[in-house]
Amino acid sequence: MTSNAATMNGAIGDASLWSRLMSGQAGPVTVVLIALFVIWYVGAVFMNAPTQIDRYNRAGETWTTTRLIEDTLAQERPILPAPHQVAQEMYKTIFATSITSKRSLVYHTWVTLSSTLLGFVIGTALGIFLAVGIVHVVTLEKSLMPWVISSQTIPILAIAPMIVVVLGAIGLKGLMPKAIISTYLCFFPVTISMVKGMRSPQVIQLDLMRTYNASKWQTFWSLRLPSAMPYLFASLKVAIAISLVGAIVGELPTGAQAGLGARLLAGSYYGQTIQIWSALLTAALVAAIMVVMVGWCERRVLARMGVRG
Amino acid sequence: MTLKAVVNNVAQMPASADAVVDIQKLSLTFQTADGPVYALSDVDLKIERGEFVSFIGPSGCGKTTLLRVIADLEKATGGDISINGVSPQEARENRAYGYVFQAPALLPWRSIERNVTLPLEIMEISREERIKRGHEALKLVELNGFEKKFPWQLSGGMQQRASIARALSFDADLLLMDEPFGALDEIVRDHLNEQLLKLWARTNKTVAFVTHSIPEAVYLSTKIVVMSPRPGRIIDVIKTDFPKDRGLDIRETPEFLEVAHRVREGLRAGHSYDE
Amino acid sequence: MTTIKLDKFCLVAAIAALLALIFPLSGVDPESGKQIAFVSDISGIAVAMALCVIAGAAFTWLGVGHIQYAAIILVVAVFGCWQAIAALYDYGIAGHAGTGFWLFILSLWAFVWRGIDVVARYRSLEMAKQQSANILVPIAFGVWLLFLWEVIVAGFGVPQVLLPAPSAIGLRFISSTDILAADFQQTFIKAVISGYVIGCGSAFIVAIAVDRVPFLKRGLLPLGNMVSALPIIGVAPIMVMWFGFDWQSKAAVIVIMTFFPMLVNTVTGLNAAGALEKDLMATYASGYWSTLFRLRLPAAMPFVFNALKINSTLALIGAIVAEFFGTPIVGMGFRISTEVGRMNVDMVWAEIALAALAGTAFYGAVAYVERKATSWHPSFRVRRH
Repeated sequence: MTSNAATMNGAIGDASLWSRLMSGQAGPVTVVLIALFVIWYVGAVFMNAPTQIDRYNRAGETWTTTRLIEDTLAQERPILPAPHQVAQEMYKTIFATSITSKRSLVYHTWVTLSSTLLGFVIGTALGIFLAVGIVHVVTLEKSLMPWVISSQTIPILAIAPMIVVVLGAIGLKGLMPKAIISTYLCFFPVTISMVKGMRSPQVIQLDLMRTYNASKWQTFWSLRLPSAMPYLFASLKVAIAISLVGAIVGELPTGAQAGLGARLLAGSYYGQTIQIWSALLTAALVAAIMVVMVGWCERRVLARMGVRG
Repeated sequence: MTLKAVVNNVAQMPASADAVVDIQKLSLTFQTADGPVYALSDVDLKIERGEFVSFIGPSGCGKTTLLRVIADLEKATGGDISINGVSPQEARENRAYGYVFQAPALLPWRSIERNVTLPLEIMEISREERIKRGHEALKLVELNGFEKKFPWQLSGGMQQRASIARALSFDADLLLMDEPFGALDEIVRDHLNEQLLKLWARTNKTVAFVTHSIPEAVYLSTKIVVMSPRPGRIIDVIKTDFPKDRGLDIRETPEFLEVAHRVREGLRAGHSYDE
Repeated sequence: MTTIKLDKFCLVAAIAALLALIFPLSGVDPESGKQIAFVSDISGIAVAMALCVIAGAAFTWLGVGHIQYAAIILVVAVFGCWQAIAALYDYGIAGHAGTGFWLFILSLWAFVWRGIDVVARYRSLEMAKQQSANILVPIAFGVWLLFLWEVIVAGFGVPQVLLPAPSAIGLRFISSTDILAADFQQTFIKAVISGYVIGCGSAFIVAIAVDRVPFLKRGLLPLGNMVSALPIIGVAPIMVMWFGFDWQSKAAVIVIMTFFPMLVNTVTGLNAAGALEKDLMATYASGYWSTLFRLRLPAAMPFVFNALKINSTLALIGAIVAEFFGTPIVGMGFRISTEVGRMNVDMVWAEIALAALAGTAFYGAVAYVERKATSWHPSFRVRRH
């Protein structure tokens, strides 16, 4: 800053800082998030108020607005738990409980996460494998690709409970059935994006490889695969998110004992809303972290490939 | 096959195969829903070793198609064509030519050096040799010092020079260039033309060069092939005898203007503008 | 040097069919201890195998150069498939299929693959012929997969609980249309349609409002993008608590699931109009609403339809999964979870088939409207090559 600027009126300085903060993305996002929290609190008060008033009336107590607000935000089984209640529950079950305990959210998260990751890895490999086949074999493209595309319109998650039960019937239990659901969900987006990506080289680039008399493998390694990288990562973000959904849904209808889905289900059986919300937020957090990590890998890889920015 | 073996093969060609490209009664017809399109018809042409041959004509006259047939990117439907005495496919499999496209076609995820050495990598040449040859090729187009840059960090003219270096890197005797400077502005184009001529004089390569600019064709070539569309055919072949080390200033000489005039006449005769 | 190029697939087909004639058709019946059926017992399959041998041998030499040859091959294969099914069910091979039978299936596979291969490579300048070839290939492939599923399940005698044959699923589907219709009405007509309309509609209106406030746009877009990666389906138990067991809670889940894709896509689409076009509208002194309706909304349509298509799939998933958390005793998700518990796997598959049909039809309907509404978009132009 120059000395001139330093002597500038403080209010103007603040305003310019403020407008700079709000012109980017960080400022508006923060404001919207804060607004969401406020709405959440107000919503919690209003949604929980009727039962609370009911309780006062039955107990014959008199109540003030302040007391009502305090009590609605501290119910044991609220219709909508307040953010701090969920935060407390999450702190208690994540940090204050031994991670081997069945009450620990870390334990449940790990159960879900392990099958999510396993399914993600298998699904991605399968998706890439299939895409390579489709790109290189005309018949596969014409016969298989329409089915891969139309299968996206089918609510695949509906099969999840059956896969779990059927695999359970032949002795496969625990991690594997859920991972298979995740695999199944993952590989469609990966296949479609990879086919698109491996087709993305321009004709001129393919001609270039032809003038070198490059083999199919050489063209694949030095042209098709690198061209497909941006497409691959875009689909990996979708795939990891949907993989988590698959694992959670896989835990729902079968009375699984552990996992975030099981927490959701148990919470809904016993009306433990705080437990549901904390499981839900944990799942959201895990999804966000995984997507961010894929994005981080994407930036690393693309930076090494010399992509601008 | 190593690069050296390829080069030796070419050197051991019998003297009778001195025509690098020999085309006889070549024709190419595309079948489309609207009926056949005669892209090339009855083309006869010989390109001798060390020549610089330009193909000029309006769009649709088949000059690019002819170059693509020579490069085995397109198959002729009639007539004979041989490159170094063998079929275009064999020539391509021997990596007998370097091809420069209209656009640089550099792979955006590779540095300039790795782009230039891409053909060597495909020919499975050792790493040290690749780097050495890459350096030499980049020096030929005066791009040394830009090895580690990525394509987007270079101007359009520099990118096209890098793509020429890529075509030079494996030292093929034949250079096929398809309007390589078509997308560049006139000043850059003049400069690159001059560099290309120097390169040709120094390396004694055979060049086939497609263009739609008359001054460019006349300035660069030892032989100008004038083509005309519907059907794509050769209507005139003009030989020039400017010295090998000609400068840009020859473009003001009467000889130059005379040749340019003849090319223009040929183009006018082969093309009716009232359609 | 002249080399005769043998057609490998036809060669495999011929040899496999020849071996199929020699090897026993079925395994041993565990009770009586003897072979159930030989090729000589069943004239139909014997004829089919012989035909495969002849056709395989002939086309090994001739090659399958013409589309007519491919048609002959496919006809032979269809006849073979029919005889194989007949042998399975009419002659009691089901569950006991032996080497001969599987060799025959291998032979059929080689034929079908070669036939599809030729049709897939078929190029015609006539649009109608090319299009019918393009449609025939995936259909033939799909039918072949169904046949393979049927034959493998029946041939190996895979227990019904594990994987029912397509024919069993089809029969169950037809025999329980009343249950399926009730489930469809509950889940699709009530929950999906209402949730979809409310979710997409409200998001569209909010998007237009948000678009007027750049601050909100910058704040909501990154969050909206992030939300699409979250397992929103997890709100299902909460919605069931809030809105009860009936379809309203499912519709609520769908509203939440479909809201953000629509919001993000519409806001992005509203900014898709080019600077040049906006400048043009400015030179006409066109007002906000005029520009919105004449330029920005039409330009946003491809994005809006993209969201509508994504949401059509999400909506059905949302409804079915939400039903796992509690529902009146009707609905597709309810049926799936209860029938799975009772090990009535064929009913589950019938329900899944219904979901697949509904999902595809829903998506197809949206795609059809999209084609009509945005026919100007480059992605719908007929490609020349």
